[in-house]
Amino acid sequence: MPDYTFTINGEQRTVEDVPEWLPMLWVLRDLLGITGPKYGCGVGACRACTSHIAVRGRSGAFEEFQPCVTPASACEGRSIRTIEGLAQDGELHPVQQAWLELDVAQCGFCQPGQIMTATAKIAERGDDISDDDIDEIENICRCGTYGRIRQAIKAAAGQQVERTANQPGEARLAPQEDIPAPTGLPAPLNEVPQPGDGLGNLLEGRDGPDEELDDGDAGEGGLFGGALRRR
Amino acid sequence: MPEPAGEARELPVGGDPDVSGGVDRRRFLTWLVAAPVLTIGAKAALSGPRTAQAQVPKLPQPAEAIDQDLGRQLQLANLPTEHMVRLEVLEDSTVRLHLHRMEVGQGIATAVGMMVADEMDIPLSQVDVPLREASPELVFNQLTGGSASVRHLYRPVRQAAAAAREQLLGAASQQLGVPRGQLTMDDDGRLDGPGGPWPLGAFTALAANYELPTNTLIRPKRIADQTLLGTPMRRLDAEEIVTGRRRYTMDVEVEGARPMMVRRAPTIMGTPRAVRNADQVRAMSGVIDVVELPTGIGVVARTFGEAEVAKNAFDVEWNPGPMAGTDDDDIYDQLRRQQLPLAVPGTGPVLGLVDSHDFEFTMPFISHAPLETNTAIADVREDAAEFWGGLKIPIVALQDMAREVGLSEDQVRVHVVPAGGSFGRRLFHDAMTEAAIASKRLGIPIKNLWTRLDDIRHGRGRPHSVHRLRVTTLRDDVLAYEHRMSGIALSGEHGLGEALTATAGRAANVAIGQALFAGVVKCPYQWGAVTQLLNEPNELTMNTGSWRSPYSNAVRPCEEVVVDELAARTGEDPLAYRLRMVGDGRARAVLEAVRDAGDWGRDLPDGVAQGVAFHQEYNSYSAWVVEVDARDEAAPKVTRAVGAVDVGNPLNPSGLEQQMLGCLADGIGVALRLGNHVRDGAIVESSYSDFKVTKQRDFPRDTQVIVMPANSEDVGGAGELGLAGAAGAVANAWARATGRKVRSFPVSFDIDFDVVPDVPSHPTFDA
Repeated sequence: MPDYTFTINGEQRTVEDVPEWLPMLWVLRDLLGITGPKYGCGVGACRACTSHIAVRGRSGAFEEFQPCVTPASACEGRSIRTIEGLAQDGELHPVQQAWLELDVAQCGFCQPGQIMTATAKIAERGDDISDDDIDEIENICRCGTYGRIRQAIKAAAGQQVERTANQPGEARLAPQEDIPAPTGLPAPLNEVPQPGDGLGNLLEGRDGPDEELDDGDAGEGGLFGGALRRR
Repeated sequence: MPEPAGEARELPVGGDPDVSGGVDRRRFLTWLVAAPVLTIGAKAALSGPRTAQAQVPKLPQPAEAIDQDLGRQLQLANLPTEHMVRLEVLEDSTVRLHLHRMEVGQGIATAVGMMVADEMDIPLSQVDVPLREASPELVFNQLTGGSASVRHLYRPVRQAAAAAREQLLGAASQQLGVPRGQLTMDDDGRLDGPGGPWPLGAFTALAANYELPTNTLIRPKRIADQTLLGTPMRRLDAEEIVTGRRRYTMDVEVEGARPMMVRRAPTIMGTPRAVRNADQVRAMSGVIDVVELPTGIGVVARTFGEAEVAKNAFDVEWNPGPMAGTDDDDIYDQLRRQQLPLAVPGTGPVLGLVDSHDFEFTMPFISHAPLETNTAIADVREDAAEFWGGLKIPIVALQDMAREVGLSEDQVRVHVVPAGGSFGRRLFHDAMTEAAIASKRLGIPIKNLWTRLDDIRHGRGRPHSVHRLRVTTLRDDVLAYEHRMSGIALSGEHGLGEALTATAGRAANVAIGQALFAGVVKCPYQWGAVTQLLNEPNELTMNTGSWRSPYSNAVRPCEEVVVDELAARTGEDPLAYRLRMVGDGRARAVLEAVRDAGDWGRDLPDGVAQGVAFHQEYNSYSAWVVEVDARDEAAPKVTRAVGAVDVGNPLNPSGLEQQMLGCLADGIGVALRLGNHVRDGAIVESSYSDFKVTKQRDFPRDTQVIVMPANSEDVGGAGELGLAGAAGAVANAWARATGRKVRSFPVSFDIDFDVVPDVPSHPTFDA
């Protein structure tokens, strides 16, 4: 079986004795230990493995591809970029930065692919990338982060994005004043029992904790007896 | 790891961490970690045997188990182990909380990290929240489900962090000879006082041996004093994720572990009878070995790509599965036949006052289909075994693995790895069982990865159900409401049942499905005599499991459709009708919020309509107003969605919004096009090409989530809260836009694709 040589994230890598049909995803993951591209379907449907490959004959130009449906033989001698190679000199790519700022991810499994797709899409459509362009993206996110992905793509393209009040770095909820005491649970669940709280009384259904702290009699062996030792 | 902040000075007073510690304490510390660290909690557990039978808790008495929902049942079961929070302060000033819950994207680790940071007055970046390995001493307290994690950990985690803070400050005060009152935490997470600041880690060793004075009051902050909780914060793992460094199970490097893929039967739960060409497959590219499993035939190979091609080359004779010959319609018929009877007779119209209204709904099977398929790694040796996987109930997995490989539980370690989604799937550990068997038989570590096709056709999902409802009305009020759900049984083999039945009360004497149903399904409306009952006929066998918002994801969308139709009967506005029928002010507040922010009642073109729905669960409330454009009948589209959520005490509004939007994506699916078909005992769908999960173009461009301000110190559940309402609102909007009634979910559910055979053509091999 043939050997193949690729340039991956700027580094030349050779794999030996590889069947020509072996999907590039497994060359990356199982033979080269590059695990940023994820397996989600193996048929090019979920696009969690999406990476970039140099366009032949156009210096510096990349296009997105799905390594799970691309045989190793088709990548021979070509330059490939995975999510690991997107940041340059320790600086996150603007798309990664936007993903961070808008707190896009949930489980995160699809996000390397989403980011690689978005990067290629912005490169292709330019900074005025539209909602219709974004709707063309096929990458699956089972957690449903699509709304924030849309925002992050626009932000990375330099467009004005209206953040929601719930996202990091924007309007913060002030600390709440006048919050009533916890309700609705059996008393011992609400109020952290303390030495001297009279836990025994609480369990018998009395209204609330004793206000007076009584040094070290009721607390021994209480619910938190094992957590902190007191003399 | 965060570096200690700059300009920190050296400690003026030296201290030998071992000077004052007794034998027990030293042993405890060295047993735990090599370096001297301050560890709070878990002492009782760690000083005993690891399996800790002695820890089996005294359970709360039934009288305490009031007002049960699933979350509270779990909380009560965990009360005796609640203090076993494992929090460490390391010498590099990192504060590490070993999370005894599973992170699958819900943001639990971030919310818990925020609790620690807030309580200790340190920056969130100083907190590290790894997942705790399976720890049997926690008994039921290492189970992630029922939207209960943040809700439960809110108190014990803050308690542990508050204790750690007092311990550090007390030790520092003693060593520095500075009154405790003069020591504070500065904005960079350093301890400050006369002569300071110093990095927190400078006091770790001292604090490990410091005993707080007897009268020290350790009480977590009240909500008004919290500075970080309640503010939107980014996920702790966000940077790992966007750089591709986040490691899921298949990314974990285990020395010598080999890829395995399994050839599975053409039918659900079919089993292998004979393999005719094992030697031929052994000779294929990259193949290391083949192994027979209860669930199929495994191929171990150099790469997963080679394993997949080889396993597809097997010539296997199969025993048909239990559903062979069965189609969706057979399943629905069977479920209808075994529907529990309605109690109130159907009266029809009586004197123009009383009337009865009957409804029937069907809900299909829905695969969990998390983006990371079913995976696990097993390394089984003669006298020890180690496992890695994304697990929501790792203690039960550990027990099962020990049994499977014939070792004692003390010889088995199970590492919990963050997973690429769950939606209920990771309650189970079936991939780990396969890996364990293969690793034991072949004597090498095994990485087991399910193909997507197998994950959908042989994985688990929400079972089919048929819903029969009868509503008896008196003018525009409801006298009686009955809901009978008949569904294929939800599997409880993962151990959730033990935790539930442990809480005594009514859960003790019923099957897992009934216990779960009783714990999660609530009708939120003031509707006279309400009965909601479940029957799960045992003639039907499929790979089922709790799917996000179990039971509620089927029961409640049906009810929300019924609400709209009841309102329409008397010409009442469906949102106003709900406002009149819901139980309390919190419910009304979320409805009013979506009414106002969603411009309820605004003019829309023909074929476009708004829909509303309400849902409450786990002491939380949610409502949605959505708009559906159904002008293209084949492709109805949600164009706008406004949600409101009241969880009592929103800890991280960013994460909460994400959970609501994630529920919206699933709710859109449940209402419009998500589901699996069963034909001749097999699932028809094969991948995301035909299993129609919500995609970017299906998700509304215009969304808003209103997080209601804190109104309590109690935290409600949030991870599943938004789903049933979103599904109901979309169904109602579709009905209003099309003028048609919703009776079978989802509304668009044709097999409009070429069915992929059970051995599909390979995208690069066959080409």
